[in-house]
Amino acid sequence: MVTVAPTPGDYLPLLILILMGAFIAVLLVALSWILGPKQPSVEKLSPYECGVTPVGTARDRFPIKFYLIAMLFILFDIETVFLYPWAILYRNNAYLSRGFLLGEMTVFIAILFVGYIYIWKKGALDWE
Amino acid sequence: MLNLTDYLSIAPFLVIALTGAAVLLFDLVFPKNKNLLIGTSLLGIVGAAFLTGRLWFQYAEGFSFTVSGDRFALLFEYVLLIIAGLSVLLSDRYLQLKNINHGEYYALLLFSTSGAMLMASAKELILIFVGLEILSIALYILAGFARTEEKSEEAAIKYLLLGAFSSAFFLYGIALIYGGTGLLTGLHGQPAPTTQLDHIASIVMLHGFNAYVVAGIALLFVGLFFKAAIVPFHVWSPDVYQGAPTCVTAFMSAAVKAAAFAVLIRITETFLQIDPSEFGVTSDVARQLALAHHVITGVLWAFAAITMIVGNVVALWQTDIKRMLAYSSVAHAGYILVGVLASNDQGRSAVLFYALIYAIMNLGAFGIVMLLSDEKQERSRIDDFKGLAYKHPFTAVLMSIFMFSLAGIPPAAGFFAKLYLFSAAVQAGDPGIAVLGLLASVVGVYYYLMVVVKMWMVPEDRDITTLTWSWGSRVAVLICASATLLLFLFASPVISTFSGSDVTVSADDYSAASAAPVEPVAPPKALAVQPHVIGATAIAQR
Amino acid sequence: MAMAPVHIPLFYYLIVSAILFALGTIGVIVRRNAIIMFMCIELMLNAVNLSLVAFSRYLSDIGGQLMVIFVMAVAAAEVAVGLGIIVSIFRNRESINIDTLDVMKG
Repeated sequence: MVTVAPTPGDYLPLLILILMGAFIAVLLVALSWILGPKQPSVEKLSPYECGVTPVGTARDRFPIKFYLIAMLFILFDIETVFLYPWAILYRNNAYLSRGFLLGEMTVFIAILFVGYIYIWKKGALDWE
Repeated sequence: MLNLTDYLSIAPFLVIALTGAAVLLFDLVFPKNKNLLIGTSLLGIVGAAFLTGRLWFQYAEGFSFTVSGDRFALLFEYVLLIIAGLSVLLSDRYLQLKNINHGEYYALLLFSTSGAMLMASAKELILIFVGLEILSIALYILAGFARTEEKSEEAAIKYLLLGAFSSAFFLYGIALIYGGTGLLTGLHGQPAPTTQLDHIASIVMLHGFNAYVVAGIALLFVGLFFKAAIVPFHVWSPDVYQGAPTCVTAFMSAAVKAAAFAVLIRITETFLQIDPSEFGVTSDVARQLALAHHVITGVLWAFAAITMIVGNVVALWQTDIKRMLAYSSVAHAGYILVGVLASNDQGRSAVLFYALIYAIMNLGAFGIVMLLSDEKQERSRIDDFKGLAYKHPFTAVLMSIFMFSLAGIPPAAGFFAKLYLFSAAVQAGDPGIAVLGLLASVVGVYYYLMVVVKMWMVPEDRDITTLTWSWGSRVAVLICASATLLLFLFASPVISTFSGSDVTVSADDYSAASAAPVEPVAPPKALAVQPHVIGATAIAQR
Repeated sequence: MAMAPVHIPLFYYLIVSAILFALGTIGVIVRRNAIIMFMCIELMLNAVNLSLVAFSRYLSDIGGQLMVIFVMAVAAAEVAVGLGIIVSIFRNRESINIDTLDVMKG
């Protein structure tokens, strides 16, 4: 297959797309600003919160629990990435037996499970 | 098929890591019983030492030759196990004093050790990176282990930011070498990008260098220099050493240094062991190799020189003993770099010997520093040692031994450790750096002896009524002190055990690698998993 | 309209990767907010990932993509630890500005 290196011209469609997007965004905002009637009131100037009057400030600090759960989520989430290459290898390889591969993954999951038990027993998952 | 040899080759650090996991679980079940955790940790360390000893007699190289079982790796594993064992013993009482006696401490210490051991024996860059991160991430947590102390947290965040920063450089180096080797071989046939040090050596030997590989090597060195605290990449170390709990500092100073230098030697020798004279001077590749040899030794020379000078000189002004020992450890990194620079068998064994001695005397010194603190306050000023000899002469004797050893004054093992390093440099035909090192250590004598003088000759202005010995720290410090003295007496048999510990591309390995430098690569299919990626080549052949 | 397929050269990817890496480096050096510095380090790691994937594709060697997975796992662990330390610092001092962390000097 013959392939060619891109010239600057090849990026023209991208540039046009970006410009169009920016243009439409600016246009819509500008139009509503120019054409819309302006009768400000306290209600209208307050932050929009699904039609409900806002309660308190939005800059409150989050409970620490959110961070904890988020951190644990990142870890366990990323570990699943290792399942993908394993799954591909499991389906097509001529070198290793399936039983062995299954065993390897079981060990991997078991180690993760130890970590899970640890955080569970430490109470990291209790909300209160 | 993966077979037992593969698992045997990783058994020592596998055992350490599993012991760490076991400690975590034991801590959940028996939260009160810390002695159980200490016992388990020590048992795991002894088990790992036993397995390492087994590898000594039954050579095993696993996972497509990415994990090495050479003597060099095994000896470094022993050094790391000794460090871990002594640290476990030392920590107990200090952790109680600081009210941070959590079981996780021992688990993290073991995880960190397993990472360091992986670094010492890996012959593949990504594996080294993974080892480096296992070592570092556990240490980031340990540095901030005294959560309620501002100093400790500050140490943790500084170590974390600069450590992760340097890892990124190291990683970029790996990526460039991976691509660079692929492009080099690609010019002459099938591209075979590789991160295995043996393969890199043979590819470079056949095809010379390209810009990617050169930049990659430079970045690898930057990353490692950060970890080993080589000037000018040492800025984190005084703050981190001072802020971290003292028992963590003790472990960190010894283990990180040992692991970083093991890797540094492996990587340096990958490029230095290629002898350009074998090729005749006419070939273009040989010229490149000779140039690379000059540049790498030149750069290491400069870094070794500046590290020794800066470390020793700045240490003169320190008033905090942990900070002073931090700069002293920077200086010692400079000395060890002299051995790396020598890049011969004697240099290698001298580095190993130095790593061992440094670990022992440094752990001992930090062990004594820990004793001074009590429940009320942490005492780590050098002035806190004033008049220690009047109340506690035995402790003062021990501390004096460690200080003499660090300064390199006989009759302590530090003397021979330095002697071997510098004589290796002389033998490698570089007396200049040896003289420089000697002068730098003369400067160093001043601040080490200052501690001794304060202990013995200055009357106490503050009463050190009780030292907080525990049985563990007593045993550990006594082991350190007696080892420091005994290794002075028996230096030569030990060093002769260490010599002949070949690295990466030993003579026989090397011819084998150059005979078949490039593994046959299957024609790329859509997502065909090539066997050597998973570590399955050569296994089929067994 | 039949056109030869456009094939973006390896070099372009490497340039983008190098620029991202440099941006991350500058960010770590210039910024003083611990979280931003941390994000910059992540940027550096991901710049390296881009390089690895580009090399892997260009040289048709799956190894590079495998390395990316390792890097991602390592980065995740680093993030978890890093955020833990940062949250703990914030709880103690109500600030994560690196310049205020100066208990130790010398």
